[in-house]
This record gives sequence, C-alpha cells and structure tokens, in this order.
Amino acid sequence: MRTLGFLLRKEFKQIFRNKSLLPMIFVAPIIQLLILPLAADYEVKDINISIVDHDHSTYSQQLISKVTASGYFQLADYGNSFKRALKLIESDKSDLILEIPQGFEKNLIRENKEKLFVAVNAINGVKAGLGGAYLAQIISTYNNDIRMRWLQQPKFNPMPQIEVTSSNWFNPHLNYRFFMVPGILAVLVTMVGAYMCGLNIVKEKEVGTIEQINVTPIKKYQFILAKLVPFWIIGIFIFSVGLFLVARWVYGIVPVGSLLLLYSYMSLYMVAVLGLGLLISTFSDTQQQAMSITFFFIIIFMLMSGLFTSIDSMPHWAYIIAKCNPVTYFIEVVRMIVLKGSSFSDIKYHFLVMVGFAIFLNGFAIMNYRKTS
Amino acid sequence: MKQFLSFVRKEFYHVFRDSKTLLMLFGIPIVLIILFGFAVTNEIKNAKIVVCDYAKDPASQEIINKLSVSETFLLDRALLSPSQVEEAFRKEDIKLAIIFPANFYKDLQHLNKAQVQIIADGSDPNAASTLTQYATSVIMEYQQKLIQNAKMPYTISPEVRMLYNPELKGTINFVPGIMALVLLLICVLMTAVSIVKEKETGTMEVLLVSPFNPFLVIISKAIPYLALSLVNLAVILLVSVTLLDMPINGSVLLLFGASTLLIICALSLGLLISNVTQSQQSAMLISVMGMMLPTMLFTGFMFPLENMPNALQVFSNIIPSKWYYIIIKSVMIKGLGFSAIWKETLILFGTTCFFLIISLTKFKIRLA
Repeated sequence: MRTLGFLLRKEFKQIFRNKSLLPMIFVAPIIQLLILPLAADYEVKDINISIVDHDHSTYSQQLISKVTASGYFQLADYGNSFKRALKLIESDKSDLILEIPQGFEKNLIRENKEKLFVAVNAINGVKAGLGGAYLAQIISTYNNDIRMRWLQQPKFNPMPQIEVTSSNWFNPHLNYRFFMVPGILAVLVTMVGAYMCGLNIVKEKEVGTIEQINVTPIKKYQFILAKLVPFWIIGIFIFSVGLFLVARWVYGIVPVGSLLLLYSYMSLYMVAVLGLGLLISTFSDTQQQAMSITFFFIIIFMLMSGLFTSIDSMPHWAYIIAKCNPVTYFIEVVRMIVLKGSSFSDIKYHFLVMVGFAIFLNGFAIMNYRKTS
Repeated sequence: MKQFLSFVRKEFYHVFRDSKTLLMLFGIPIVLIILFGFAVTNEIKNAKIVVCDYAKDPASQEIINKLSVSETFLLDRALLSPSQVEEAFRKEDIKLAIIFPANFYKDLQHLNKAQVQIIADGSDPNAASTLTQYATSVIMEYQQKLIQNAKMPYTISPEVRMLYNPELKGTINFVPGIMALVLLLICVLMTAVSIVKEKETGTMEVLLVSPFNPFLVIISKAIPYLALSLVNLAVILLVSVTLLDMPINGSVLLLFGASTLLIICALSLGLLISNVTQSQQSAMLISVMGMMLPTMLFTGFMFPLENMPNALQVFSNIIPSKWYYIIIKSVMIKGLGFSAIWKETLILFGTTCFFLIISLTKFKIRLA
C-alpha cells in the first residue's frame, strides 16, 4: 500500500510538471466542449432556391411568394434560364431549382392539370430529401388554395382528412445541443483516458525507465494501478467540469436522472477505457506505434458510436461492430440519464456490458504485460 | 543533391523499418473508407417504433402495415397504454410512438376527419424531426389514396429530379469527407511525430551539426510521407470506386493535383506543430485531440456549415479540409473542371504557404 502511494505520487508529479501537456489535458477538452456543440446542428433551414419562371403569370407569382414566405427557403436567384440556375447549383450557391413551365396558369385552368419541375442538389441526400419534401408540401397547400377558389365550398368537409399531431418528448424544442453536449463530453473523456494512459506507459518503455521499475520489488499490479489511478481521477475531473460548468452554465442542461448513477457508470467506464489504453501500450514499443493504434481505435469508436449518426441505420454487420464498442454504451447511458432520467433498472444491461468490457480489456492487458522483456 | 538523396533514403528506411506504424499508415485509411462508406450515413433506417392502436380497424391496420414495410421504421411491437409508451422510451431505444385513438376509421368515414398522435424521442432532434416527417408522409399517402377515390380537379404535380445522387445515397456525401479527414489527419500526425521524435531522442542535434542545410533536413523528412500519402490516395480512390460505387466524373489528374496540394498543406501543418512542441506526447495530443473533432465538424460533411453561428463559419475557413472537400465534390461528383474550383485551390495554396512560412521562420537550428 505504501509502495503504491509512492508510485502514485511519482505519477502525479510527472503529469503536473509537464507544462505542455497540462493545457492539452485540461483546457483543450473544455474549449472543444464549448465550441463544438454550436457547430453540430443538423436542422435544415435556409435552403437556397433558384426559381426559373417561364410563365410570368399571376399564378406563378403567387406560388413564388408562397415559397419565399414559407421560412424554409431563401430565394437565391429568379430568372428564366435553367442553365443559369444549374450553374448556381454547381457552385453551391443554390440547393434547389423550381422550374415553372410556360403556360402554367393556362394549362392548369383549362386542362385541369399541370406539371412543375423541381431539381435538387442531392449530394447531401438528407438535406435534399427534406428540401424536396418541404417544397412538395408548399405546392400541395397552394394547390388546395386554388381548388378552394374554383370549387364551391360544400357544407361538409369534402375530403377525408387525417390530422396528425406530433410532440417531442424529453426535448420539446428539439434543441440539438441537448443531444450533442452529452455525446461530445463522453468522447472527450474517452480520448483523454485511452490516449494519455497508453502513451504514458509506452513512454517509460521508450525512454528506458521502465527497466528501472522492473528491477525494483514493485509488483506488477502496483505498477499498473499507479498508472491507471491518476488518469481515472483526471477523467472524472474533466467529466465533472464539463457536466457542471459547461453543460450546466453554458448550455443549460441539467441532468434529469440521478447523478450518483451517472457517476457510478462513468467510473466503471473509465476503468474499461484505461484498460484499453493499457492493452494498447502492451502491444507497442514506441509512442508513435501506440499513437497510431490508438488513433485507429478512437476514430472508429467515435464514428461508430452513434455520436453523430444513428447506429440503427447501419447495415447489420456494422451494427454489430457498433455494439462491440464501449463508447456506444457510454454515450447512450449519458444521454439516457441526463436527458430522459432513466433509472438503474432501465440501464442494468448497460452496466453488465460495461463490467464485461472492463474485465476483458484489463484482464487481457495484465496478462499481456510482462515485467521481463 | 547527393546528400539530399541520402537523407531522403534515410527517412524512407525509418518509415519502412517500423512495420507496425506502416501497417497503420495504410491500414487506417482503407479500413476507414470501407467502414464509413458503408456504415456512417445520416440517412435514418431501422428506427424502432411502437404503435398504440386503440382503433384496431381497417384504416389503422393499413397505416401500420405501410409503416412496417418501410425501410425507415422497424415496428417493434404494439403497446396497450400510454404509460407503457413512456416506459418504453425510457428503457429502450424507441424513437417514435404512434397512437391511433378509438373509432379512427369511423370518424374518418363519417366526419371526414380523424386524428393520429405521433410522439418522438426529442433527445435526438435530427432523428425526431426526420422520423416525424416520414411517418406523417406515410399517413398522408393513405389520405391521398382516399382522396383519389373522390377525383379532384386542378392538380399540380411536381416532378422532382435528384441531381448527382438520384438514389439519395449517403456515401456520395460521406466518402469525400472521410477522404479529406483521413488524408489531413494522418499526414499532420506522421510528420509532426517523426520530427519531434528526433528532437526527443536527441538525434536532431546530430542532424543539425552536420554540414547539411537544416531546412533540407526537414524537407527530406516530409518527402517519404508525401510519397506514401499519394500511394494512399490512389488506394483510397480505388477502394471507393470499386467497392463503394463512387463516381469519378471529372479529371483524375485534377483530383490528384488537388490532393497533392492538401497533402503538402497537411505536411506543413505537421511541421508547424513539430516546431512548437518538445515531446512526441504533446505533438500527438495537439494533432489528434486538438484536430480530430474540429476537422470532422468543420469540413462540412457531417453538419451543414451554413447552419453554424457566424463566428464558427469564419473559423471553418482556416480548416484546409473544408476547401479540399469542396474541390473533391466538384471534381468527383459534379464533374466540373478547374475553372469551377480555382478559388478553392487558391485558398488551399495560400493556407499551405502560410503554414510553411510560419514554420520555417519558427524553425530553430539551435536546440534549447
């Protein structure tokens, strides 16, 4: 126990003496947490539209004012050349073209039907889909207006109508930050934990000081514990700063669920992440190697965790990979507790999985760690 | 010149002898492109939903059937009461609940008016609004079918054409983004670390006292990574064209030209980082922790840049991968020529010069 105390003191001294490392550990995550959620906003708004009007009739004008007044669209260009509109799409100045054919008004009244042409820049499929759907909605409302004008108003509602009322629970204003802040916080803690812990041990290997520790009577478990505990504490510290200072004061996110539950999951998760760092360090001889391997895992963990994109949408094989990713569970639990107020019985399964990860990663790492080379 | 070549050779030896790092250098991009080309998409599919059907009549059944065959939804099960709905949201990853009131079909037939309630899990706002939109459109389709029976005059039918990506595949948007991300991060990381490593192990001293120009020492360090990155790029392109069906509509030469520019830009950024750091650890932290998330977000393939607050939009201009992403999209997907991308290329070139000049002026030929 006394040996462990000395070792811990050594580790903390090493960390706090490194003046270039400290800001990276403490300041960088906080700054990122402050800025990044502002950038992660998926709401589709201000779609730029160019309108090509070959008709120049009252009806085409009415339609155009409906489109521009809807709030979804911004008129980027109005003219009568499709080619010019296409040029605007090519240079990303507009996202959508609405082309009104010649004789739009005349054909609609005389022949009872008419077409409109819509071309969408579909490189970003989701944006294109939503933009197209909004425009279709506006056109259909306008269509109904015209019918109303020409048909006599019957006493009863002539058409069957289904009224859809929708509501959003847990985040009624659909504030995207509520979704992003807990997720980004989880990823930052992961990065600090896995990276710092892995690199720290490999550094001793590379510089050769591990040899000096190996010849002392320090036990294997003491050495490993002394490496894990400081980063475990740092991880929890960063998480708390992020949760109480940034999430609470800047974004106004107050956890709905129990803090005790959140912290117990977080502590367990840190053990698993540090185990990952430890495992990587046993596989690499130089910091460059450790870093490349960690980089590889972190970027996969991050993109496959449901942080930005939903894991349900992935093909089945990718879904399985995502389910083998500890970060997935952590992000899910943080969001569940913070936003939905889930209780222990709701996340039992998550606890079980994380205990499994922690045992597997640490066990594997300890087995793989040799005091003699 | 001969000296220079032998220095370059030395650097190549360094790279090729470290097989683990080399494996990572080539393995990472390929795995990432394949993984994310298939898996990471902002489309929403297989979202678990529950229905709470009090009506149990032909109309509600038909709508539920329609929902369950759609790829977007995965009909989990039917629930009995609203309290169960709340529990389901809290416990599982249910994204949407649809509630049909009793007498749904009767109301629709006799009053011509009926109600449906949709409850979405707003903790993921993107999914919530998209799913609500989809579910509403499925219900509207059903309504449209009823209306068609009562023929309506004066119909405007919009004909929608999806340019460049008719099937609305997420890959088209994501692969260029991942390319930009991977090329930038790996180049920055590798150069920064390889230079700082010489500092840390002390061999930099040896190189600096040699009669060789210190600037050429640095340049010879960058050359192997430039070469490897170009090979990497070729492999990435090959994978994305053959496996992911990415089109290359424009000139391949232009694509390589632009990529070389990005790689040089990344190398000079790596050089800059190596100048301001003393240990491999901090070089890695800056280039990975400091750069990974910002690059991912400000390249513009994850979230639309035009939605960000103004200050961040201005900030995104200094991220080289943002310009590269625009260039790649124009060349690969839209098939445009140089005249369409000269502005972005110029900006990328300017950024490169900026990084190079700063790092060369900051470069110290004396240690400590």
